[in-house]
Amino acid sequence: MTSDIAHPRPTSLLDLFVSFTLLALQGFGGVLAVVQRELVERKKWLTPEEFVEDWAVAQIMPGPNVVNLSLMIGDRYFGLRGAMAALAGMLCLPLLVVLALAVLYAQYGSHPGVAGALRGMAAVAAGMIAATGLKLASALHAHPLPRWQTGLIAALCVGFVLVLRLPLAYTLLILGGVGYTLTYRRLKGGAT
Amino acid sequence: MNEAPLHIVLSFSDWLSLFGHYLLLSLMSIGGAISTTTEMHRYLVVEHQWLTQEQFNNAIAIAQAAPGPNVLFVALMGWNVGLNAGSYTLALAGVAVTMLGILIPSTTLTYLAARWGHRNRELLGVRAFKQGMAPVVVGLMFSVGVILASSNNHPARDWPLWLLSGVAGLLIWRTRIHLLWLLAAGAVIGWFV
Repeated sequence: MTSDIAHPRPTSLLDLFVSFTLLALQGFGGVLAVVQRELVERKKWLTPEEFVEDWAVAQIMPGPNVVNLSLMIGDRYFGLRGAMAALAGMLCLPLLVVLALAVLYAQYGSHPGVAGALRGMAAVAAGMIAATGLKLASALHAHPLPRWQTGLIAALCVGFVLVLRLPLAYTLLILGGVGYTLTYRRLKGGAT
Repeated sequence: MNEAPLHIVLSFSDWLSLFGHYLLLSLMSIGGAISTTTEMHRYLVVEHQWLTQEQFNNAIAIAQAAPGPNVLFVALMGWNVGLNAGSYTLALAGVAVTMLGILIPSTTLTYLAARWGHRNRELLGVRAFKQGMAPVVVGLMFSVGVILASSNNHPARDWPLWLLSGVAGLLIWRTRIHLLWLLAAGAVIGWFV
């Protein structure tokens, strides 16, 4: 499942850097949805299962999760240098863009059209992220646990976050713990 | 332009303290740097008064609207602290201090942990962790989208934005349309609505 089966991979450090720069520049309101679209669906550097597994690690570690994810993917293909290249791609150009925007905002931020356009883009970005969650549900089809159990955990997670408004740490600890325990017992029992 | 709303003087030990504070925040930032914003607010706005409330809010809003990882709001805070201290050079120093501070500890930890996990990927515990977390990850992703959409919280006024989020989500889920087209459409619709 987590084997290194032959799928496309970045050809060079430059390819990594450029790919991550382009990803980051498309990521308004969050890059994760774009990473999924570009690296999983288009370039196929990762399978949906690998993406979800890597993201679990990126999420549980401190730090911005797309930054963590980019350095893990870079490391997978080119070691430390790859991690650096992916990280630099993710941050360098977007940093310049955001500083330029801050300077522009100081001048034009009060224009109502600008504020409206920003709100419109943020609304699209929100829909984009929710849709990515729905798409990634396909990664659960190959999961060792039965469909109803993974579905239930995912649904509970939505309930914890949206309805109960639990802090992220509790959600991760409780549902991650349940998922871990069930999967552990399953993997140990069956010779899958 | 850019007349700083605040005039502050930062000593070397202030810079050091700022750096140290962000190093610590980095270790606490499980779930992303955005989860430590309340602590940043306490430190920068309330305790030291290096930033105004408005600068703080704008830093987050601009970084959300800009392309790239959301963590760049940290760079904008550093930028504004430096501007308040008097020059573009100091603003760049602010960016370097805050960004290196927020990134070095977490990236180092993640790098080591990911390596360890990959080396031991056949261990039962590691496989169970990665696969057991998968449904939680899927649920979280969906929830984050809904939370972002619901930051437009005046139903009577904001229903077009909700509709926009819903239609965009449906299109992305069901088609292969390029994300940039949708963002551009969102910007145009937002400008006129």
